[in-house]
Amino acid sequence: MTETPKTPRNLVLVGHGMVGQRFLEAFAERGGCGPAGDWHVTVLAEEPRPAYDRVHLTSWFSGTTADELSMWDDEFGVQHGIDLRLGDPAEKIDRAARTVTARSGQVFPYDALVLATGSYPFVPPVPGHDAAGCFVYRTIEDLEAIRAAADNARIGAVVGGGLLGLEAAGALRAMGLDTHVVEFAPRLMALQVDEGGGAVLRDKIQELGVTVHTGAGTQTVETDADGAVRGMVLSNGATVDADLVVFSAGVRPRDQLARECGLPVGERGGIVVDASCRTEDPAVWAIGECALACDGRVYGLVAPGYAMAETAATQITVAEGEFTGADLSTKLKLLGVDVASFGDAQGTTEGSLEVLYANSREGVYKKLVIGTDGALLGGVLVGDTDSYDLLRPLALNGAPLTAPPEQLVLPSSIGAAPGPIALPDEAVVCSCHNVTKGAIRSAVADQGCADVPAVKKCTRAGTGCGSCVKLLGTLVGEELAAQGVEVSRGLCEHFTHTRAEIYEIVRVKGITTFAQLIDEHGRSGTGAEGCEVCKPVVGSVLASLSPALGDAVSGHILDGEQAALQDTNDHFLANLQRNGSYSVVPRIPGGEVTPDGLITIGEIARDFGLYTKITGGQRIDMFGASVDQLPAIWKRLVDAGFESGHAYGKSLRTVKSCVGQTWCRYGVQDSVALAIELELRYRGLRAPHKLKSAVSGCARECAEAQSKDFGIIATSAGWNLYVGGNGGMTPRHADLLLVDADRDALLRTIDRFLMFYVRTADRLERTAPWIERMEGGLDHLRAVIVDDSLGICDELDELMSRHVDSYEDEWRATLEDPDRLSRFVSFVNAPGTPDPTIRFVPEREQIRPADPEAHDTSDASAQTFVAGPSLEVRTLV
Amino acid sequence: MTTAVMNTKDTAGETTVVEVSVGERWFTVCAYDALVPGRGVAALVDGRQIALYRDRTGAVHAVGNRDPFSGAHVISRGLLGSRDGVPVVLSPMYKQAFDLRTGACLDEEEAPDGTPAALPVWPVRTTNAPVGSAS
Repeated sequence: MTETPKTPRNLVLVGHGMVGQRFLEAFAERGGCGPAGDWHVTVLAEEPRPAYDRVHLTSWFSGTTADELSMWDDEFGVQHGIDLRLGDPAEKIDRAARTVTARSGQVFPYDALVLATGSYPFVPPVPGHDAAGCFVYRTIEDLEAIRAAADNARIGAVVGGGLLGLEAAGALRAMGLDTHVVEFAPRLMALQVDEGGGAVLRDKIQELGVTVHTGAGTQTVETDADGAVRGMVLSNGATVDADLVVFSAGVRPRDQLARECGLPVGERGGIVVDASCRTEDPAVWAIGECALACDGRVYGLVAPGYAMAETAATQITVAEGEFTGADLSTKLKLLGVDVASFGDAQGTTEGSLEVLYANSREGVYKKLVIGTDGALLGGVLVGDTDSYDLLRPLALNGAPLTAPPEQLVLPSSIGAAPGPIALPDEAVVCSCHNVTKGAIRSAVADQGCADVPAVKKCTRAGTGCGSCVKLLGTLVGEELAAQGVEVSRGLCEHFTHTRAEIYEIVRVKGITTFAQLIDEHGRSGTGAEGCEVCKPVVGSVLASLSPALGDAVSGHILDGEQAALQDTNDHFLANLQRNGSYSVVPRIPGGEVTPDGLITIGEIARDFGLYTKITGGQRIDMFGASVDQLPAIWKRLVDAGFESGHAYGKSLRTVKSCVGQTWCRYGVQDSVALAIELELRYRGLRAPHKLKSAVSGCARECAEAQSKDFGIIATSAGWNLYVGGNGGMTPRHADLLLVDADRDALLRTIDRFLMFYVRTADRLERTAPWIERMEGGLDHLRAVIVDDSLGICDELDELMSRHVDSYEDEWRATLEDPDRLSRFVSFVNAPGTPDPTIRFVPEREQIRPADPEAHDTSDASAQTFVAGPSLEVRTLV
Repeated sequence: MTTAVMNTKDTAGETTVVEVSVGERWFTVCAYDALVPGRGVAALVDGRQIALYRDRTGAVHAVGNRDPFSGAHVISRGLLGSRDGVPVVLSPMYKQAFDLRTGACLDEEEAPDGTPAALPVWPVRTTNAPVGSAS
């Protein structure tokens, strides 16, 4: 392999799953293919789509698209000359001729053959296992079929209570099915957790409404006259009614191709390979779930598969590197329950000792396995996996613990909180890409990476399963601090405080003006002007707290000194557009509007010559109003019963909804009524950033609630509350906070969530990064606003109730006050004269801004006009 | 170019007004009290759009109203601030800072059309005038 021949050699990769794709990347990185490489690569893939993230397959049910799961980039293929053949699996290998025949009949010669055929789901051969309504859980196509069937199903059963089985159960439950899990072993996730952990896990899963049957096999699948599933009989005699059955009873290596061409396979399957991932035939490699590694195991996890892919890629390019075994640690969240296991979780090492903490009331179970030398060997965590990031590398490192092990399992509220436990440099932080703490430190110290994204790019750490990203953030922060990089937390040059600190100062000291705040607490002393950063922040904090501060501070954001703090949008209660005109968005709660309301909006837009467009938040935006026109437009809207939609403010925008149970044949709750109630409750609440919400009437999620700061999805028993989602530049799905809540619990929790956010978030920090930044994350948030761990819930409730009581429409209040109205003129010395430079041209039967260049020429083109084709002139008195 | 005015007290029968000098003539623009501290107004003076401000110390500033980056006449709607001790106005469109004393942009040297990114600055003063003379 060390000499480079002149003519390109052929490499055929059979299978394009995650491991196959990782092999291609590793092979390209090592120069095997691409501009400088001397290999031509052909990939024979069975599935109709390129490699995708099978680990996160379940997220497809919660809205992640197949495109988002995809791991393939066409440009990568072109750059490296990779010939990817989808839907054309290999059917025959001729080792003597060194050729592979594909289903299409085409024959591909090879100099090196890499088998990455993965595995297939094992379906127990019980009677009825192939009836209509029986599924497996492996590909996107499987999931599509399950979802289609779930539409007409009421009860679902999952055969297999392992990791994947519980994920499948979670998906069925989320689709509104009554769900059963049937597990042959005496406990759930028997491979990963021990008896105690399994018991806690079982309780937690049952709490979520999934019925668990353990120690029970499936004897038969019962069918009705049409041959469709109607239930199962279990080995313990019990029967389970079900319209849909998902088999998730483990996988088997796909080694058929290898068997047929005479390569040795293991007794229980798996293509036999050595430490370099090579089979008996020196021209053939096997990697991932189809391979039986040299330690005698078939690995069903992605990290070992990746390690094998790297080994094979290195072997083929430079003839070094070995795979001798891998870490089987797992951490996952199942139906909202945290489960993790790492290292020697079952305590099989001779002489090992256990340190155990179990609290069945809280649903927490933690076990550490300690070796005779005091080193951490492994452990099981259920219900609280916060310490996993730290414990796993400690266990892999094998060094004796520097802290008493009980400190590592006790909750921090009991006794001393665990002090910082230093990870050694050799500790592997990212096991997907085998990146050590030392490599991460070096990326910061020697290669100038200043944040987590830079370190990810440089080291690949955190780009696999992503479970180490939190630890990565801590390590990068520590290393930056060690380098003496000071990360200033102050708001701007005028305040050394964060927004949350300013909020507390204003609240505790009862400060009512910006002047008082900057004079007493600013960096530069009395009389400072402030700036575009601190002024709107203080304006927002004063507005949020105004109901609590009482009469001393006006609630209206255009009053007195507060007027000078607002960005232009808040200042004019409208949205500034590129040519200096404004747009106006009336509130349409929940997107529900009467025909008369629509006609009114249409008439106003027509009379003022405005461009109209439906927004993404189920409302109507009217563009092209001049400053002078705003009060007249509002007057017409307010007279017709509309009010400000706060499209201009860092405040609640819209609570989107689907049509819900009232009309929709799938809806299980009245999503429109709830959306309207929420929108009216939280309208006008000033926050660190805009707030968006949505309510979906069933698990089909037509309102896209999981992409909102707070989103609600109806269940047959109540409402599920999700928090911390957003669209935009870095989209994020929201996290599940409440399950099956009733209306009161839902409102109470959202009240607290919003007020806690308003109180503690940074400037322009949306709820998603706020939760991610929070120490303890979602669990901490839940502790504060559900369990009242900080004892502040009464205060948060009181603040929200004052907000709700003191709400007034800002447009109406402006119209009623001549002082406020007086600023809505284009020119202070020529009221009534509109800005002559604001010009429009027609487009698709409406107006659009004329190009700015037209403004500077003295004779604007005949096509430009200063308002719409018709203009109603009205004056306000 | 700009004139600081600290005395805002009305004398009997008179009110303080703001005047801007354009083309060697002084134009009365508005009553001093019409300016909210920290905020601006736009005025049409001799066919030009001028943005007027009063800052927290009471000083008055006058600059051109056209934002060189967007071409829109919106500078008067920006926030006043200070950056490294320099009094500035922030364009409400894309938030560039302009030095109120010189009109120079502190963030970028050139506007997208290749012209220097600066606002014209006008001499401004306050005087006492009989009530009603300010429009």
